[in-house]
Amino acid sequence: MRVSYREAMRQALHDALVSDPRVFLMGEDVGRYGGTYAVSKGFYDEFGPERIRDTPLSELGFVGAGIGAALGGMRPIVEVMTVNFSLLALDQIVNSAALLRHMSGGQVSVPLVIRMATGAGRQLAAQHSHSLENWYAHIPGIRVLAPATIADARGMLAPALADPDPVVIFEHAQLYNTEDELRDEPNEDWRCDIERAAIRRPGSRLTVITYGGSLPKALEAADELARDGIDVEVLDLRVLRPLDTETIAESVSRTHRAVIVDEGWRSGSLAAEVMARIVERCFYDLDAPPVRVCSEEVPIPYAKHMEDAALPQAAKIVAAVREVLNV
Amino acid sequence: MNETGDMTEAVTGMPERPFAHRLLADMLRIRRMEEKCAELYGAQKIRGFLHLYIGEEACATGAMHALDAGDNVVATYREHGHALLRGVPMDAIMAEMFGKAAGCSRGRGGSMHLFDAARRFYGGNAIVGGGLPLAVGLALADRMQGIRRVTACFFGEGAVAEGAFHEGMNLAALWRLPVLFLCENNLYAMGTALDRSESQTELCVKAASYKVPTLKVDGMDVRAVHEATCRAAQQVREEGGPFFVEFRTFRFRAHSMFDPELYRDKAEVEEWKKRGPIHSFSAQLKAAGELSEDGFLDLDAAAEAEVAAAVAFAEAAAWEPVEDLLRDVTTPGGRS
Amino acid sequence: MFDFTLPSLGADMDEGKLIEWKVKPGDTVRKGQVVAIVDTSKAAVDVEIWQDGVVHELLVEPGERIPVGTVLATLLEPGEKPPPEGAASAGERAGKLTPAAAPGASEAARQRISPAARRRAEALGVDIARLMGSGPGGAVTLADVEAAAQPGASKSAETVPVAHPEADRNAEMRRAIAAAMSRSKREIPHYYLVETIPMARAQRWLAQVNEGRPITGRLLMAVLQLKAVAAALAQYPEMNGFFRDGRFESVPAAHIGVAISLRQGGLIAPALHDVGSKPLDQLMRELADLVKRTRAGSLRSSEMSDPTITVTNLGEQGVESVMGVIYPPQVALVGFGRIMERPWVEDGTLVVTPTVVASLAADHRVSDGHRGALFLAELRECLQRPEEL
Repeated sequence: MRVSYREAMRQALHDALVSDPRVFLMGEDVGRYGGTYAVSKGFYDEFGPERIRDTPLSELGFVGAGIGAALGGMRPIVEVMTVNFSLLALDQIVNSAALLRHMSGGQVSVPLVIRMATGAGRQLAAQHSHSLENWYAHIPGIRVLAPATIADARGMLAPALADPDPVVIFEHAQLYNTEDELRDEPNEDWRCDIERAAIRRPGSRLTVITYGGSLPKALEAADELARDGIDVEVLDLRVLRPLDTETIAESVSRTHRAVIVDEGWRSGSLAAEVMARIVERCFYDLDAPPVRVCSEEVPIPYAKHMEDAALPQAAKIVAAVREVLNV
Repeated sequence: MNETGDMTEAVTGMPERPFAHRLLADMLRIRRMEEKCAELYGAQKIRGFLHLYIGEEACATGAMHALDAGDNVVATYREHGHALLRGVPMDAIMAEMFGKAAGCSRGRGGSMHLFDAARRFYGGNAIVGGGLPLAVGLALADRMQGIRRVTACFFGEGAVAEGAFHEGMNLAALWRLPVLFLCENNLYAMGTALDRSESQTELCVKAASYKVPTLKVDGMDVRAVHEATCRAAQQVREEGGPFFVEFRTFRFRAHSMFDPELYRDKAEVEEWKKRGPIHSFSAQLKAAGELSEDGFLDLDAAAEAEVAAAVAFAEAAAWEPVEDLLRDVTTPGGRS
Repeated sequence: MFDFTLPSLGADMDEGKLIEWKVKPGDTVRKGQVVAIVDTSKAAVDVEIWQDGVVHELLVEPGERIPVGTVLATLLEPGEKPPPEGAASAGERAGKLTPAAAPGASEAARQRISPAARRRAEALGVDIARLMGSGPGGAVTLADVEAAAQPGASKSAETVPVAHPEADRNAEMRRAIAAAMSRSKREIPHYYLVETIPMARAQRWLAQVNEGRPITGRLLMAVLQLKAVAAALAQYPEMNGFFRDGRFESVPAAHIGVAISLRQGGLIAPALHDVGSKPLDQLMRELADLVKRTRAGSLRSSEMSDPTITVTNLGEQGVESVMGVIYPPQVALVGFGRIMERPWVEDGTLVVTPTVVASLAADHRVSDGHRGALFLAELRECLQRPEEL
């Protein structure tokens, strides 16, 4: 069955709403409007306004309410329209959701799922093009997921809802229209793990490590390199916190080289964290310094050619790989 | 008393003697516990921030006695009294302040983060206004699950300047959720007087602008606090929507242990102390023939004894082993 | 008797300054009474006492700065009798430890070897200092090590001579020199220039400097010549660096390979690092050390891989001049012959004066004779102003 990322996410939400009465979806325009990215289209009529709950534009308030509802026995899925608006709710996510379990000495958990769109590439300019996954990945107490494939879009939500602690899911806006085959056997179980990174393309000479919206670019770069006989591995982090250091170390120890691709800005990036772990774990296996391909240190510009220049692109990944391999 | 109203001048009858003594005893328990905390802070047994409630005891005492055991409570970082009257044993509170494993948050929270999930006490929250959206969510969960319960949310008047107050108030009113907003207005947000931070100093007006019914009451009068909270809680239970009560009160001590109190006149503090909730209520009881001096001393001695036992318990309690450092960041056993 | 100690008045308070006592010995105090005022870096704070008693002794004077926990006063319990004169307690201050200053060890540029290549080389017994890398920045990579470990040598790894402890070292060194020199003559289009340089001033200046110095502290002319080469290189950077992968990489610092002949035969030209920036006395020490270590076979790998140019001085052997073979991937070699008295025309008069014949062998892919000539002229001029070296 060939489905889009949007459709896969919609099906996952639908499953969750059908299978557990504690689950409800809350956010700006998730109901009557059908979701900013049309992920919840039709849900309002099917599940009603209590469970498909339109909220005012008050991210701090409704994310906090999601935390309270989770404490109160529900399994809320809170949709924050985009990561830039999540900054208005950062206090509740960082100071409450992530900390309540610890501050209470383990008495309460917050089984909350927060979904948000992330990333640039659609000429939405500086305030709607952030990749701040690393901010959330910095915080102990929350799990951070970045589904980059159709299968992950379909399969990550159920285990996220089963997690007793807060889970933040980043959906790169450029991915919603991507399509792929999805397994569809009778009684298919789409649930996937939310623990491990995944090798999306095996290779021998170098590991390209990436996540989210940069995965298609990394795969495109790998294809191009393969045409010149350069065989690289592509690793999708999938889980940004806790990072799957084992899979990263296994791959880099085998290929001896790494290029890390991250749409976040370079300084203090998730790529920096991945690189640090590579150096800690694989130093004596490295055959060249790891290299990063990140967004340039500039707010994301509006003009198309400038936006393209600011972001990681397949060509930049190819150039970085060639630099590391000296070929 | 009237509905969006002002109960500050209301005169009410004296409660039955056992309950009156209970109110007085509880105020004394809070007072003596916190005096001991101040002493122990100086002795460095208690560290970090320590925000004392001394002077405001009538608020927690009157309000907590108006709630049911099944209700939710969300509190602030000045929550020792609320935790105690919610039923958290003084031993566990004191041990928490000492940072001991026997503390009510296993020593991970400290003075500002007392929790007791079994008593539905959802914690001291040290982000001003941070508890309001949480309370809204707890009430939402109850409503969606068909549970009839009030969520009481305590906060200071400083919180009304935060977006969280306005967003929480709007959501609770918009969705008609059973939240009892209890604002302890002690006139100073740390060192900033209300009229130096708010254009509208009538807090009930702010709440009313969200179509939330309100009451204003003398927070130094434990009977008035109790009566107002009972009335507000009853309306929440019956009608489902939120209610806002403002307690006009005053803290006698500094904001936290380190506070030279440069922002308020000592005369103002002395003036409020004359209306101290413990001695004014005990004086009323004595005047009504409901309390003797010996009776008062007995209650006070009982409070002192409870404090002494709690301190002994906390002193003797064990530290959590450092090997357990990474506990309770996430839920053990993982996903279910 | 009990102590009254300075309480902690906030999480950030480590010490305070006693401003004023509100009590004096003999005063009865009640629990909660303010007994002192203490300044805590932020403000003056009233300090309360938490026990009833009678002030016995005040131990701290107003104005003193004291850490939290210091005993400020002793008090008697209500009803307690004062003790007889006698015991006193004394505080003790721990001396602050001064951390030893870390020596600011400076390290010369190292041969680039990837961590994986280094580990693999150890496992395979490959002498990594002999390898030239194919990785980014010339780093030795896994592939270079593995190729070098293959019997019958390799294409990517070039060997350079180095002191080696094995028995067949001489033969190996001969082979290495043969390979490098063959490659040089095969690949590098050399051009040669020669210049006779008057050395009277340099000799006079050196004699003055060395006057009164012990023999071990004296400067050698060789050091002056090396420094002059470095000074000339600063003006003509195309003589200093590497020709690799079809292009020239200039190197800002002059790491001069000093040709040192070995007693048992053979030759090594390890680097004297960054000659241009070091004073002559330091260069002298480093040169002596380098010669000693070269002959003892204890060179560092960086000294083998770093030279950006080679200087050979065969004056000791008595030759008049030397036409060198460039050491790849370097692009130039400067040779000095023996300083000897020669006839010289100065201001139209024939005189006898000490001169040296300096030669330049340079890579025509990188520079031309015109620039080479200017370089030699600059070298000559530098040696006329030895005091500026």
